[in-house]
Amino acid sequence: MNPIKLAFTYLRIGVLNEMQYRINFFIQLLQSFISVATGLIGLSLVFGQVTTLAGWSRPELLAVMGVHLLMGGVIRSIIQPNMERLMDDVRNGTLDFALTKPADAQTLVSVREFRFWQLVDVIVGMVVIGIAFVQLKGTLGILQLLGFLAALIMGGVMLYCVWLMVTSISFWVIRVHEISNLFEGLYAAGRWPVGIYPDWLRTGLTFLVPVAFAVTVPAEALTNRLSGTSLLFALGMTLLFVILSRGLWRLGLSNYSGASS
Amino acid sequence: MRRYIDFYLASMKIAILSQIQYSVANYFYMIGMVTEPVIYLVVWTTIAKQQGGMAGGYTAGAFAAYYIIWTLVRNMNIVFTPYGWEWRIREGQLSMELMRPIHPIHGDVAYFAGWKTVVIFLWLPLAAILSWIFKPDFDIRWMEVIVFSLAIWGAYLIRTILLSLLGMITFWTTRVSAIFDLYFGLELILSGRLVPMTLMPTWVQNLSNYLPFKWTFFFPIEALVGNMTDTQLWSGVGMQVLWITSGTLFLNLIWKSAIKQYSAVGG
Repeated sequence: MNPIKLAFTYLRIGVLNEMQYRINFFIQLLQSFISVATGLIGLSLVFGQVTTLAGWSRPELLAVMGVHLLMGGVIRSIIQPNMERLMDDVRNGTLDFALTKPADAQTLVSVREFRFWQLVDVIVGMVVIGIAFVQLKGTLGILQLLGFLAALIMGGVMLYCVWLMVTSISFWVIRVHEISNLFEGLYAAGRWPVGIYPDWLRTGLTFLVPVAFAVTVPAEALTNRLSGTSLLFALGMTLLFVILSRGLWRLGLSNYSGASS
Repeated sequence: MRRYIDFYLASMKIAILSQIQYSVANYFYMIGMVTEPVIYLVVWTTIAKQQGGMAGGYTAGAFAAYYIIWTLVRNMNIVFTPYGWEWRIREGQLSMELMRPIHPIHGDVAYFAGWKTVVIFLWLPLAAILSWIFKPDFDIRWMEVIVFSLAIWGAYLIRTILLSLLGMITFWTTRVSAIFDLYFGLELILSGRLVPMTLMPTWVQNLSNYLPFKWTFFFPIEALVGNMTDTQLWSGVGMQVLWITSGTLFLNLIWKSAIKQYSAVGG
């Protein structure tokens, strides 16, 4: 079974499902605006006191906020719903239904759910990035744009891998829903460039939960701070995370017994 | 009265026994939650340092004290969520609770109160680690400790009332997530959860005086780490009592008309 075709089929089902509830679009839009508004209030409080924060100007931090919002939309539309369903399936024993299907189990559990309306955050994030870019009076070169997109995709893949690894813990530990909360909390740290955090926290946000790669690095690409070396480093880290998460998933799966179904 | 006391003691005991079993899960939850104040703390410490040691009258050590105590107050502020109310009403779970000879809200208050005692216990090592990292400046008087220990429970009750009222909107409409988000946004700004209220523009501070939010965050924290006089401390507790009393009366009023609306959508 072609994994891309499989993902696309589930995507289509997800969109069709969500299209039945169109008013949710407006609700999601309102929620996105609330989070932008609180973000802006936070920024204005900070810049009521200083003109730059650890070397980042106000429009630059607006770009960080945009990337954070965009990536948050990706997490909530694709990654988180699939992983939460996986946790439930492991606990209830209903993962059997996915495992007996003639497709790669990891692909299958990663594409089954799709929250279409959450993509509103992606659009709103792009608008915020656009506004920040206009305020920066910057020009977006083709190389810069490619760097930004590459950083964004690699960051997304890394976040997915971390989610999968953490979710794989549910093969051993029963109550893991708090993990979603833990992850959301750590992801919130990406609202600010990781450079402002103390060393131990910055290391954690780079290597344990790669918020640095998911938010700060793409934002650096936009604000002309990114070097080719960091991008290569990000690529290496992405490969490492992919291999590690695949390994842990398989280890967890061999531990699964489908107890309650 | 006797049956209420028995009910509360039994529910709290159940909560304590069941939550202790999940201490790993509780720690995951608490660590996830602690990142929020750490972010604020780092941002404001950076600002204070950039400005030569102080921002809005707070030194780095004062910010550290504020946000470390914040973590306990935030833990005390976790109550039965409005999303829980939504689920309870939408799925018809409330029907079962209505059969009991006691108001369902007592169950929430008692269970979460029991859980809090576990949380306070689990919080202590976390606070020690945070203090070791961020070096807070504490200058605490006995009276402040007494008022703080009362105020965190006052905050718990006020927030229970507020979030129950919020959740009860589900009796009238099941599309509530945006309303909840709006509430949490306002609370973030007006309670002292984002920054100490004194860093806010004056008009926001004035506005917050007429709203319940700051009595659930800013007041308990400031009671311990700030420099309030005894009169200020006790009048703060008085304000909490006022909000609890009026909130309870209002909750009863709303409950009477809400329960008539109840149709157990999915039950």
